[in-house]
Amino acid sequence: MSDTTNQLLNNLNALITGLFLLTAFGIVATRQARGVLNLFIGQSVLLATSAVLLGLRYTSDHLYGVALVNIISKAIIVPWLLRKTTPSEIYTRREVAQALNIPTALLIALALAILAYFLGQPVLNAVAPEFRGPNVPIGIAGLLLGAFTITVRREAVPLLIGLLAMENGAFLCGIAIARNLPLLVELAIATDGLIIVFIMGVLTRAVQKQIGTTAVGELASLKEATVEPAEKEAAQ
Amino acid sequence: MSVLIILLLPLIAAALVCLPFKKFWAAGVTVVASLATLILSGRLAWHVSAGDPVTADLSAGWLKWIAVDGLSALILLLIAFVATTAAIYSVGYMGHGSLKPGKLRLYYLNYNLFVFSMLAIPVLAEPTLVWIVVELTTLCSALLVSFENTREALEAAWKYVVLSLMGAGMALLGFLVLFAAMQAAGGHGAYTWTGLIAAAPLMPPVLLQMAFLLILIGLGTKVGLVPMHTWLPDAHSQAPSPVCALLSGIETTTILYVILRMFPVMRAAPHAHAETWAIVLGLISVGTAAFLLLQVRDYKRMFAFSTVEHMGIILTAVGLGASVAGYGAMQQIVSHCVTKSFCFFAAGAVLIAVETRQIVSVRGLIRRSPFAGAALVFGGLAIAGAPPMAVFLSEFSILKAGLVQKHYVTTGLLAVFIVIAFFGIMLHVNRMVFGARENESGAGSLNNHSEPGNKPHLPFSCRLALILAAVPVFVLGFYIPQPLHNLLTQAAAALTK
Repeated sequence: MSDTTNQLLNNLNALITGLFLLTAFGIVATRQARGVLNLFIGQSVLLATSAVLLGLRYTSDHLYGVALVNIISKAIIVPWLLRKTTPSEIYTRREVAQALNIPTALLIALALAILAYFLGQPVLNAVAPEFRGPNVPIGIAGLLLGAFTITVRREAVPLLIGLLAMENGAFLCGIAIARNLPLLVELAIATDGLIIVFIMGVLTRAVQKQIGTTAVGELASLKEATVEPAEKEAAQ
Repeated sequence: MSVLIILLLPLIAAALVCLPFKKFWAAGVTVVASLATLILSGRLAWHVSAGDPVTADLSAGWLKWIAVDGLSALILLLIAFVATTAAIYSVGYMGHGSLKPGKLRLYYLNYNLFVFSMLAIPVLAEPTLVWIVVELTTLCSALLVSFENTREALEAAWKYVVLSLMGAGMALLGFLVLFAAMQAAGGHGAYTWTGLIAAAPLMPPVLLQMAFLLILIGLGTKVGLVPMHTWLPDAHSQAPSPVCALLSGIETTTILYVILRMFPVMRAAPHAHAETWAIVLGLISVGTAAFLLLQVRDYKRMFAFSTVEHMGIILTAVGLGASVAGYGAMQQIVSHCVTKSFCFFAAGAVLIAVETRQIVSVRGLIRRSPFAGAALVFGGLAIAGAPPMAVFLSEFSILKAGLVQKHYVTTGLLAVFIVIAFFGIMLHVNRMVFGARENESGAGSLNNHSEPGNKPHLPFSCRLALILAAVPVFVLGFYIPQPLHNLLTQAAAALTK
């Protein structure tokens, strides 16, 4: 392929990964579960696009497979499964209780993104030029921001999406540095994502039935120091 | 070939338990399947210990990701053993309440899938596939942890899933970086544990180090290493007791096995200080767990913290590095696994007898239920490391290896923490079993149950499982059969190669 085409593909990929980073920030900052879900779908589509661009750039059919698997599992089946398994009123409500307010959360997220850049640098220096690219630091940033989302969220669905976003981040990094992974592995990982959604959906439903809310952040009775209910009864 | 049958058996059992037959159908199928798995794994371990490992057949399509060496065979055997005793224990433990048949089938379905996912870990040799089955262990066991469907159980299951999957996300990046390192080393050879060891000297050390740390932290979360252990006492105390035996006795060890696989690879990058990381994380875990053991209020949580302690001991022993310490670590894996599963069976028996998990409201257990009391004392002594039980022997050989290696500070700290943990566990157990009842009004919750004619009845299968599980706890304290010794030696060699 000619140099200009390669250049164009590289630039397009940089644009797509940049947008990917934006969606990761969006997942941290969006309050409504529906918005978080839509951002996640967008992020997965961007991940697939980046895989296609890298596939064109390095003529790797394998990456097209990755893109296809990603689109089917994360942009189509995951949202469908999530709506099937979790109570529907989650999506219309705004999440009020968050561990941190949004400006603070965004500032910390920014610090994490910068940290990701420094973490990605040694990796970029160690691999061959063809494996370099903006995917590595942005992938690591996606992973860290996903983890951060999990720590600040109280609602079940945004938490779950934080987990899937972590995986998306690891993958964005993976399509650049580990692009010859067997397709079987990719397929298995995609299936795994579906099982995550299913099991956590079932758990969310059970939590809602038991305590009447899906704000799993309120589940905090299991601690060392607290007096447990049985003891309280005994004391009275 | 027998490897494939071992993997298929729990899957077949999982399919069969869904059939709507009589009450004991699901339980019976599970017991038979796990017994068959145990026999096959024993046979496989026997062959491996005689120097006939299953190596990856690179030409054979799907089979190329399956390999069983000494270390794998040891873990496989332990999983099959605990799965069998826990299945026998489940028959009575799950059957004695008034569970709906559908709920019971769900239990056994998840049980068999969970066992399958664990059995697949040591058998698979491709790191990313191993990562996937590690995820599967979390997902298959989540509904087992939340099985009792109380507020606490749901909280425990939720924490367990979220933290484990967070860790797994980091570990995934670790395995992908490892793959990149493999390609940077020239991309020859297959991406398997043995292929990694062969390619390690050519890999960029910085990638190896990054991969190792991501995997250690990520999977360390699921092993329950401090400070990522917060979910472990919750999940391991809220699940039904046979599930606790699986989670604490063998699941943690199985995940630790994946971390251990990284150590021979890391030998190629001495600047990454893999051993130091292991010792530091290990000692922190042992120390924290030892002090937390002094102040627990729930006896199942007590055994859960003891799991954190033992994972720390094993990791420290591996960090000590030499083959002697490696042998000690392997011995510790075996003794912890058999002892901890016994302890949770005993805890389940106590729970049936007194119907509370609070240490303070259990006093004088030996008078109320002699069998449960005796089991708890035996389990407490065994897991705390009293001679002549298995844990004593393995802890002793680790400490000895530490001294021989001149790691005086590490060994000293380890010994101190083990002693503190010993006192912590025995203090609680002693009070529960032999303690005099406090003033009658204080123990109000227990009074109702201790009316005459309301004697707790421990189901036969629970007694049988307790006795079966007690045999290795006791015997391995003074006698290690020659095949097992060979297996341990080979496993230690796989670690230090």
